Amino acid sequence: MNQRQLAKIAKRVGFWALVALIMVYAVFPFYYAVITSIKPSSDLFRVELWPSTWNLDNYAQIFSQSSFVRAIFNSIIVAFSVVFIALLLGITASYALGRVRFRGRSTVMLVILGVSMFPQVAVLSGLFEVIRALNLYNNPAGLILSYTIFALPFTVWVLTTFMKELPMELEEAAIMDGATPWITITKVFLPLMWPAMATTGLLAFIAAWNEFLFALTFTLTDAQRTVPVAIALLSGGSAYELPWGPIMAASVVVTVPLVVLVIIFQRRIVSGLTAGAVKG
Amino acid sequence: MSTSSNNSAPMEARSAQARRPRGTKVRRQRVKAAWLFLAPMLIALTLVAGWPLVRTFFLSLTDASLSDLGAANFIGLENYLIYEDGRWYGVLADPIWWRSVWNTVYFSVVSVSLEVIFGVIVALILNAEFKGRTIVRAAVLIPWAIPTIVSAQMWAWMLNDQFGIINHLLMTVGIIDDPIAWTASATYSMWAVIMVDVWKTIPFVALLVLAALQMLPKDCYEAAEVDGIHPVRVFFKVTLPLITPALMVAVIFRLLDALRVFDVIYVLTSNSTSTMSMSVYARQQLVEFQDVGYGSAASTLLFLIIALATVAYLYLGRNKIKLGGD
Repeated sequence: MNQRQLAKIAKRVGFWALVALIMVYAVFPFYYAVITSIKPSSDLFRVELWPSTWNLDNYAQIFSQSSFVRAIFNSIIVAFSVVFIALLLGITASYALGRVRFRGRSTVMLVILGVSMFPQVAVLSGLFEVIRALNLYNNPAGLILSYTIFALPFTVWVLTTFMKELPMELEEAAIMDGATPWITITKVFLPLMWPAMATTGLLAFIAAWNEFLFALTFTLTDAQRTVPVAIALLSGGSAYELPWGPIMAASVVVTVPLVVLVIIFQRRIVSGLTAGAVKG
Repeated sequence: MSTSSNNSAPMEARSAQARRPRGTKVRRQRVKAAWLFLAPMLIALTLVAGWPLVRTFFLSLTDASLSDLGAANFIGLENYLIYEDGRWYGVLADPIWWRSVWNTVYFSVVSVSLEVIFGVIVALILNAEFKGRTIVRAAVLIPWAIPTIVSAQMWAWMLNDQFGIINHLLMTVGIIDDPIAWTASATYSMWAVIMVDVWKTIPFVALLVLAALQMLPKDCYEAAEVDGIHPVRVFFKVTLPLITPALMVAVIFRLLDALRVFDVIYVLTSNSTSTMSMSVYARQQLVEFQDVGYGSAASTLLFLIIALATVAYLYLGRNKIKLGGD
């Protein structure tokens, strides 16, 4: 074996070692949470990479808490409503921004970009006031309303980039046939936009599912909370005896749907993320 | 009849100069429809973003309290800075505010730098052709999808001073003799926060860079290989300049995110001043101390700092991109 072959083998080994390292780094914390969540509480404080005994007590415990089940339910409602509203308002807006040239178009785009970037804390007190005025404080509907601040700009932005790429001829044919813009959207573009809508919908869902600051500030009672707040407050009891088993079980429950979504739709998610950033 | 041709620039020029009645009517109808379609979105954004922003600024000039928002008196800039009885008061005179500004800047610069370095490395790996690349890519995406709260909790458990696996590993290997109180100590808690944030956001940077890498022309690399140029040199001379625009985009997205950081810090270290960010500070004043006026002043300052940072970055970035193109 000469030196060159040796170098080649070393390179391959190095490469695969790096791949393995990345895999472990990315997955290990989640794996460790799963392990912790199935450990009996007596074993909790023994550090091990593979549980010697396991049971589902922690899961039974969190699902027996009505507030946690309620939080999951709230999260589902909030996330789906946000996706629905963002897509509904986003698709019409993106048609206007992507297909029609009009004065003020670039200003609107700039405003959208600006809104998607500004800090949520900057609107916290103003939004609090709005939500109180609308009588939506401590109500999931208030969260749905406030989440449009990040879901909508992002949805419009990505849908517009997709909308721009659709061929001109389609729309011309529709205009020639005397179709109104509304008909053009619903009959011509909507069927073609499903993939893009699935992508943005997915990203909006994840963002709404994960949101914490508004959910923490605009809700007060256990029955109205979303899952991230419920998990963050599970630890709220005493500073010394954190219920790590149940916390990890709840974390796994919240994360599993997202991990499944990511694995199934990774291509879509990647295209949505990069369309939002690179093409924008 | 194909006046609205594939090339849009001439079409625009034509409609501006010689307005033919037919085209104008369709056009006018379309522009009207466009504004109609935009209206719901614009109304929604005004309601949740524009108006609240204006109100936040206004509230920062009052002594409003959370329990009774209506009974607010206008007090000018007192929440920001006021000299009274030989002392300065207000957000700008609060050492904890300046501490949180420093924390935020430190956190942002360090974590975004680390994310860019590791993100590029991960992207380079994912850009290579190998078996199981799809699986690795899906695995890399997992930290991104996990809610920040959950990742903070997962790491808090791994970083637990007595029973955490990280202290256990470090002590087994012999790097440390005594367990480190990662999230409680003033020295290490910021690093714990950065560690979690880096873990969570490497995927985002990596995917953006990967998208840029996949658009690069193959022939440069073939030429470089034929000429026998060292891959590291190729990376710095060819790849890096070509992906710089994508990197700049990734950096601004990440930087804006990092400057408004809240979740990780709040869950990992609560309201400890050694890690408190501007967002945590503003929220603490606003919600926990019920001082809406003072908290709004901090929020407004945070908004201004981020707006300034964005403008500065875009300005500097524009010059850099131009220089690169010359």
